[in-house]
Amino acid sequence: GGMAAALLLLLLLLAAGPGPGRAGAGQEQRDALREELLLSPLPTGDVAATFQFRTRWDADLQRGAVSHYRLFPKALGRLVAALGVRELHLALTQGFWRTRYWGQPPLQAPAGAELWVWFQPTVTDVDKAWKELSNILSGIFCASLNFIDSTNTVIPTASFKPLGLANGTDHRLLRYAVLPREVVCTENLTPWKKLLPCGSKAGLAVLLKAERLFHSSYHSQAVHIRPVCRDASCLAVSWELRQTLTVVFDFFSSGQGKKDWSLFKMFSRTLTDTCPLASQSKVYVDISPKNKEKELLEVSPPPTSVHEAIVQGDKKTYAVYDLLSPSLFNTSRSLNVQLKWKRPQDSSEMPIPTLHAQRYVGGYGLQTGEICTLIFNTHPYRAFPVILLETVPWYLRLYVHTLTIITKGKENKPSYIHYQPAQDRRRPHLLEMLIQLPANSVTKITIQFERALLKWTEYPPDPNHGFYVGYSSVLSALVPSVTAMKDMDVEQSPLFASLFPSSDGSSYFVRLYTEPLLVNLPTPDFSMPYNVICLTCTVVAVCYGSFYNLLTRTFHVEEPSRGGLAKRLANIIRKLRGVPPL
Amino acid sequence: MAAAVPGACRARAAAVLLLLGCCSAALAGGLQDQAEQFFRSGHTNNWAVLVCTSRFWFNYRHVANTLSVYRSVKRLGIPDSHIVLMLADDMACNPRNPKPATVFSHKNMELNVYGDDVEVDYRSYEVTVENFLRVLTGRIPPSTPRSKRLLSDDRSNILIYMTGHGGNGFLKFQDSEEITNVELADAFEQMWQKRRYNELLFIIDTCQGASMYERFYSPNIMALASSQVGEDSLSHQPDLGIGVHLMDRYTFYVLEFLEEIHPASQTNMNDLFQVCPKSLCVSTPGHRTDLFRRDPQNVLITDFFGSVRKVEITTETVSLDRDVAAFESTFPEEELATEPLKYAEQLPVAQIIHQKPKQKDWHPPGGFILGLWALIIMVFFKTYGIKHMKHVF
Repeated sequence: GGMAAALLLLLLLLAAGPGPGRAGAGQEQRDALREELLLSPLPTGDVAATFQFRTRWDADLQRGAVSHYRLFPKALGRLVAALGVRELHLALTQGFWRTRYWGQPPLQAPAGAELWVWFQPTVTDVDKAWKELSNILSGIFCASLNFIDSTNTVIPTASFKPLGLANGTDHRLLRYAVLPREVVCTENLTPWKKLLPCGSKAGLAVLLKAERLFHSSYHSQAVHIRPVCRDASCLAVSWELRQTLTVVFDFFSSGQGKKDWSLFKMFSRTLTDTCPLASQSKVYVDISPKNKEKELLEVSPPPTSVHEAIVQGDKKTYAVYDLLSPSLFNTSRSLNVQLKWKRPQDSSEMPIPTLHAQRYVGGYGLQTGEICTLIFNTHPYRAFPVILLETVPWYLRLYVHTLTIITKGKENKPSYIHYQPAQDRRRPHLLEMLIQLPANSVTKITIQFERALLKWTEYPPDPNHGFYVGYSSVLSALVPSVTAMKDMDVEQSPLFASLFPSSDGSSYFVRLYTEPLLVNLPTPDFSMPYNVICLTCTVVAVCYGSFYNLLTRTFHVEEPSRGGLAKRLANIIRKLRGVPPL
Repeated sequence: MAAAVPGACRARAAAVLLLLGCCSAALAGGLQDQAEQFFRSGHTNNWAVLVCTSRFWFNYRHVANTLSVYRSVKRLGIPDSHIVLMLADDMACNPRNPKPATVFSHKNMELNVYGDDVEVDYRSYEVTVENFLRVLTGRIPPSTPRSKRLLSDDRSNILIYMTGHGGNGFLKFQDSEEITNVELADAFEQMWQKRRYNELLFIIDTCQGASMYERFYSPNIMALASSQVGEDSLSHQPDLGIGVHLMDRYTFYVLEFLEEIHPASQTNMNDLFQVCPKSLCVSTPGHRTDLFRRDPQNVLITDFFGSVRKVEITTETVSLDRDVAAFESTFPEEELATEPLKYAEQLPVAQIIHQKPKQKDWHPPGGFILGLWALIIMVFFKTYGIKHMKHVF
């Protein structure tokens, strides 16, 4: 009887024990983390590494009070809910992606800080929400985003469309700002890493060490928040947070002149284990054959699988290492992916990307100048449209009547122009144009400007560094694909292929940025106020002082003094002599 | 019998004397405790405001100074949320830095004070006199994030470290403005009036640094400076690989002193005053303790540089509520859309070409236009007389 009772009690305990503790785990997990790393060797011998960490949360952040955050960071979740943000894209970049030599970027950002946000239609005062948002983000990311105000914010009408689900695109809900002067360093990387569910302690993020990441030609870290379809039927909304980090290691400085790369050579670390919170963790290496020959690139250790995909309009082959598969860490505790070239690559074979652009400042002197943008379409027979967005700060006064667009020697009239002139100290210039680029052509867009003289308090502490002109122009284009793309399931495809929603298989969307430009404004001599004060005070003292003396001085006769002792004695002697006194 | 009585008396007297002795010892022990309580600081939290005010690559050493104090302060326990770090220029990712993302304090690149876990609150152009005074006095615009605020209260011990180029009575910020010793003293008085600190330690490493603490008049401030009025603070050693001087002498020796401190050490302020004698520093470091209520002998280094919590051990047990089931997060009923949602087209060419221009908001005519029309109407009626008005209307 006692034995039976004890057994019963034990059974009851076993049944009830895990109950309250596992209530949370028994419920289906509504958020998931996928992480991946893409290594792509570039034609010039450099290597580009793109990290993407995607947290998808099957909950609607806008409706209902969500209070339990698991993988999705609470700082960003609260921000989205409180300020009515529909989409947020923030990128901090150091360096410049050289499209001409490196190919189309998977995701490019301009140098400095770029922030563009779509707000919900329920937000009444978009400017106030924008200002609050930039202040809060400056605290989260340790960046000077609080300098974003009306002088560097624009409202593009055609260049930026929502990347997530949208049921209307009223451009009054969009704000775009770029801070080209922003420096990116470890203090921006630290809070970015802290947003990841595993931090930088497990998974792919152990490779993110600042000393190696900033010793590179290009470093860009970004945060993208947008609503996405929960499943194929797309009747419900999930929120996606995507953190991307792209870094390009230089052939000469990091590679020491050798084309062979490995994870240890790039990051001075190897992968040791996976993040336990990640549902998928993969490393992709681009081993696509160039010129349709046998593979030139050899990877070791042997990959777990090989994946073929059509990315950016071209058929590419990837070697995949699945960190969650048990066979990968069997032999050694660490994974060091090595890339070796089987035979030396022809350096004359550099594929030219279909679309690339360049921008420079022309002219001389400190009064006028000219901004020239060159856009190259190298496709042999297809023409395609491009939207160009130019934002020029107010202190460069543009002469819009000098705007010329010339293609192959002839004038090219844009199908759509939107120009908003600048207001001094309030608003920058905004110029958006939709230009058709004919096949195999170079289009040159020039516009002249005049430099304004700023008030002496408006200069930064180092004015001789120069001022950043027209934050890089943004080109958004639908580039025709080499191979037609099939409509693929967004969930199955690798992350690097799924940021831009593609509707049509015959072309793919790409967004390019050009170089930031630096221009010297006429700078006054800052010691002049001190000199002027000294000079003016001296002149005033001398002139006014003299006048004042003349006007207010009274004259009265003064008795000649009797003279000192010596004079008196001398007078006595002279009187004695009979000579007139002094 | 007669001998026994004095013996008993003696024993009793001895017992009474012993009792008295014990009592006095106990009383003295209690008094000692009370006295120690009085000399121990009554702070409950620690804050640090570390400011580097110089711009440009050749002022690398000022950033290294500030970062080495930041590093010590973090190591001894003050968290990032309680440190306001202001660096006027970026040296680690400066294009002239041969080793990016590092700032070294010892030559031959021994010690990287920048580290991997740094959070700078005020960067580059944000380090201005106005922002510094706003941080100290708490008069900050409402949208400032928490990491940029000094949220101290009247039980906070604050460490303020400033470095840069200075002169007799001023400190230069970013090559374009200065803060004077009078302004600084007034800011500290504001902090005292608003009960924003319990005790304050002010350290300054600039030329003629002692002039900056001459004007303080608020209580509970202890100040240290690297040089007296009329003297220059000198830099320590250049690194031939990086090409600039890495640190200033005073802060270099302070860093070496602080590397020996750990959270439990009992080193006091008098040892900090002895750091860097004239033979090592060339300038004469100075200090000022007349405004401070306690004796520097009893002030621990960790009272300002560390965040040492006083822990009380208790033997009571606290039972937590096992009812975790009530905490299950409940998601509100979601309304599913009736028709599938879709993504926006990224480059809808046809739609863009036929986009109607945005209706411009109507603004009432401005002052100039109104004035112009008023002038025209007045001139007209003055010329032709008022009788024409009825024809107009």
